[in-house]
Amino acid sequence: MKYMSEYRDPELAKKYLEEIKNTVSRPWSIMEVCGGQTHSLVKNGIIDMLPDSVTMIHGPGCPVCVTPLNLIDKAIYLAEEKDVILCSFGDMLRVPGSKKNLLEVKAEGADVRILYSPLEAVKIAEDNPDREVVFFAVGFETTAPANALSVVHAHRRGVKNYSILASHVLVPPAIKAVIDDEESTIDGFLAAGHVCTIMGNSEYHPISAEFKVPIVVTGFEPLDVLQGILMVIRQLEQSKSEVENQYARIVREDGNPDAQKVINEVFEIRNQMWRGIGEIPESGYAVREKYAAFDATKKYDVTIEEAPENPDCISGLIMKGIKKPFECTQFGKKCKPTNPLGAPMVSSEGACAAYYHFSGLVEA
Amino acid sequence: MQYDGRVRMATVLFGGITKEASLEMLPDAGIDDYVLVHVGVAISKVDEEEAQKTFKYLEEIGELGDLTDVDEYLPKTN
Repeated sequence: MKYMSEYRDPELAKKYLEEIKNTVSRPWSIMEVCGGQTHSLVKNGIIDMLPDSVTMIHGPGCPVCVTPLNLIDKAIYLAEEKDVILCSFGDMLRVPGSKKNLLEVKAEGADVRILYSPLEAVKIAEDNPDREVVFFAVGFETTAPANALSVVHAHRRGVKNYSILASHVLVPPAIKAVIDDEESTIDGFLAAGHVCTIMGNSEYHPISAEFKVPIVVTGFEPLDVLQGILMVIRQLEQSKSEVENQYARIVREDGNPDAQKVINEVFEIRNQMWRGIGEIPESGYAVREKYAAFDATKKYDVTIEEAPENPDCISGLIMKGIKKPFECTQFGKKCKPTNPLGAPMVSSEGACAAYYHFSGLVEA
Repeated sequence: MQYDGRVRMATVLFGGITKEASLEMLPDAGIDDYVLVHVGVAISKVDEEEAQKTFKYLEEIGELGDLTDVDEYLPKTN
């Protein structure tokens, strides 16, 4: 596909790797924030080809991984007890709740549907006027405009039987939290290209200046990731800490103003619980009062007791970049994509799933 | 491009398959543009000039004295 396959050229990738080797003079730790980049690094073998002095730390950028356990239990409750048509993205259905996941709930007869887009959920609501439809709306800034747009569509068309169970997380506050963590040793960041497609780069300038870290907005293909790493290392070697944009073919400095407008129309910033990490101030979106009729947490009484996390799962340490998936005693043993103990083993953006499928550490 | 009476929608070709995408957040997009679509919504248009930079970066930073034929790495147009 144009603008994708060219960025997988192995010969140019080798040149980038060579240049990275020639540029590095001492050890550096770089966090790739987005799980999509983690998968690109592991799947394409980049992680093994980088010089030993370059350590990639995998960040928390996996939306289903950080969706609170309690919210999954709420979604399950809505599907089982309230007889709603519960819709979400595919990965979300396989993430374990405290007792089971949404796919098991579906197998037991509840109406749980996997959708490609939240806009489809509004259509389902229109087609089923005597049923309630809830979209389990998870995601980073990239997904927020589409989820917000579904609410705007429903509002505009007078669809009363549609609401969203929102769990939105924001990248810049998470980067700050990761840098602030005492155990953190991160020298530079690859910021998530698709998040910046929406929000632009302006939020990263104060972080880069305050914490003296280079931040390079980076794409997802092998050459993108390699170029992003080289750009971070060049800055580190020159003692610079700037915001650069590797992914300028997609990311504009100001992001997408039309997308920001619809986000602000529907959502307001709130403190947000990140599964495995804890609460991060001003790191999520709540549905505004104006659209309360489309907020599933207000439409239904969904107070579910907080359940304990599975003690065998170290996903919090994985997502903060403190441990690697293969350092977990359950990795590939009790915990596999077919029987995940935690969300990072489920998601197409989860670090554990990336290592399970592509690292060669597990016999398939 | 078509208008379904409610929102501006586009038919987008992804490799071999086509899907509908909303153009509400990309009002300037038109026929033959390359767009990034996320969960059914087009969110960015590819900047063709910027798209070449990854192929020229090593040359630009002046570290690739021995790579004379950079064109070899440029994407073939169509």
